[in-house]
Amino acid sequence: MTALLSVQGLSVSFSTYGRTAEVLKGVSLDVPQGAQVALVGESGSGKSVTMKAIMGLLPQPPARIHAGKIMFDGRDLLTLPERERVALRGTAMSMVFQDPMSSLNPVWTIEDQLTTILKYADRRLGRDRDRRGRRARVIEVLSQVRMRDPERVAQSFPIMLSGGMRQRVLIAMALLSEPRLLIADEPGTALDVTTQAQILKLLRDLVEAQGLALLMITHNLGVVRETSNYVYVMNKGEIVEEGPTAGLFAEPRQQYTRDLIAAVPRLTGRVAL
Amino acid sequence: MTAALEIRDLVKTYPVRNAFGRVSGAVRAVDGVSFTIPSGGVYGLAGESGSGKSTIARMIMGLTEPDEGDILIDGVSVLGQGERAKVQMVFQNPGASLNPRRTVGQSIKVPLVAHTYQGDRKGRIGDLLDMVQLPRHFADRYPHELSGGQKQRVAIARALAVSPRLLVLDEPTSALDVSVQAKVIDLLEELGRQLGLTYLFISHDLSLMRNFAQTVGVLYLGKIVETGPVARVFERPGHDYTRLLLASVPVISTEEAAMRPVIPLINGEMPTAEDLMALRAGLNPKETAR
Repeated sequence: MTALLSVQGLSVSFSTYGRTAEVLKGVSLDVPQGAQVALVGESGSGKSVTMKAIMGLLPQPPARIHAGKIMFDGRDLLTLPERERVALRGTAMSMVFQDPMSSLNPVWTIEDQLTTILKYADRRLGRDRDRRGRRARVIEVLSQVRMRDPERVAQSFPIMLSGGMRQRVLIAMALLSEPRLLIADEPGTALDVTTQAQILKLLRDLVEAQGLALLMITHNLGVVRETSNYVYVMNKGEIVEEGPTAGLFAEPRQQYTRDLIAAVPRLTGRVAL
Repeated sequence: MTAALEIRDLVKTYPVRNAFGRVSGAVRAVDGVSFTIPSGGVYGLAGESGSGKSTIARMIMGLTEPDEGDILIDGVSVLGQGERAKVQMVFQNPGASLNPRRTVGQSIKVPLVAHTYQGDRKGRIGDLLDMVQLPRHFADRYPHELSGGQKQRVAIARALAVSPRLLVLDEPTSALDVSVQAKVIDLLEELGRQLGLTYLFISHDLSLMRNFAQTVGVLYLGKIVETGPVARVFERPGHDYTRLLLASVPVISTEEAAMRPVIPLINGEMPTAEDLMALRAGLNPKETAR
């Protein structure tokens, strides 16, 4: 079976002040339909550039994609006309961003923000919904992310919500357009550990219940283990190792992965190496 | 032997004001916290945002005056004293805690001048860079030329400049990559042994705490809800909040996963701390009735 998302030999360079840096050197990864895949790497590894290239958010210039394909549902996103590309973004694939405060508009209520996205998604999907229908859908999606008082939350401004609730709103936003692929960029990193655990559990449950494909981008190996069953490890613009999550954590083959895993402090205390 | 740091019934209250600036109540940010750290020990303070851990750090540093209670360093109360050379702090974000317009050498020099260090300042700066395993010529570099880990080493060198007894480490590695974190922690352990330093380690990262601290105190809403040797607290947590914290840690092995307490889900969801407390409070009467 072909993958829903397939990145093939993606190479990206950045040119600034007459110097060129190779940022991605032939990155390939697959996200099959309904699979939970993680892309893990430290800062500077190129995981965010990969994500931005997939979403079509790379500023060109300074970035330049010189080789590779990004196949989504059998179409190469890199050769797609801009109109169709834009149509896919935020509908077929949605993103959950890291920082819930700066991704929300502070002067709009949650309902207004969700409604804007819903109108856009409805237009793309050719759906006709009246005002009441949109309101019902907004409340429905807020309940899906297990928001306790969805009516009240809908009327709130972002500043009235806690960090965890804001993150839920962002997930609700991503779900509104009924995507097939959810790309999550470090969700929960800015949150307290108990809140992070709730958000990760919510994401896992939603993805499983709705049969979504998930691409989790993170630096935290623990988050990888909690949310994915297949993982790609990235370092210096290359995929250095990939495999089923449990197996790769138990028996890392590459030295880089071994060092990375060894550097993670264990809840059980020191491990002899 | 006297403890390096002793905290007695520390209380700090902040006024809550309404929209018109009138005081409408008070929040007890730190609510009767006591603990001691023996000389050369590492005490971990675990808590989430709003638990009061940073307020405690600020009071120890003399940046905030407590409402009640006492802080003793080497058995002597330090309340009311201004500068405290015996206790220094390493902050979370080295990018923000170093002055971008000062070279590394100038930054490290500041505490030497403030505490009127009499010896050879230039030599001392070089020695401090040696201690944190950075080349001496880094004294002429600016923070933007350094990596995150190197900046944090500079921050540690600056904290060590006036030969403190106690270092308050406020999330010292949470802005760093995990491989860099491991090296900074190794350095802190090494320095602790060499210089006989005592550490107060403030973090939300329980896995790191398990490996670095000997004793741990779990803070929740300004109170220490559980304290004890780190192995005991982590293996047999006695308080629900500790259990919830441990259950929330993302781990990388089945052994660790097996160690995490099982938390009752509420409507299929991980409960919040408040929910869990309420649940227990609601359940307990029934249990005793049975």
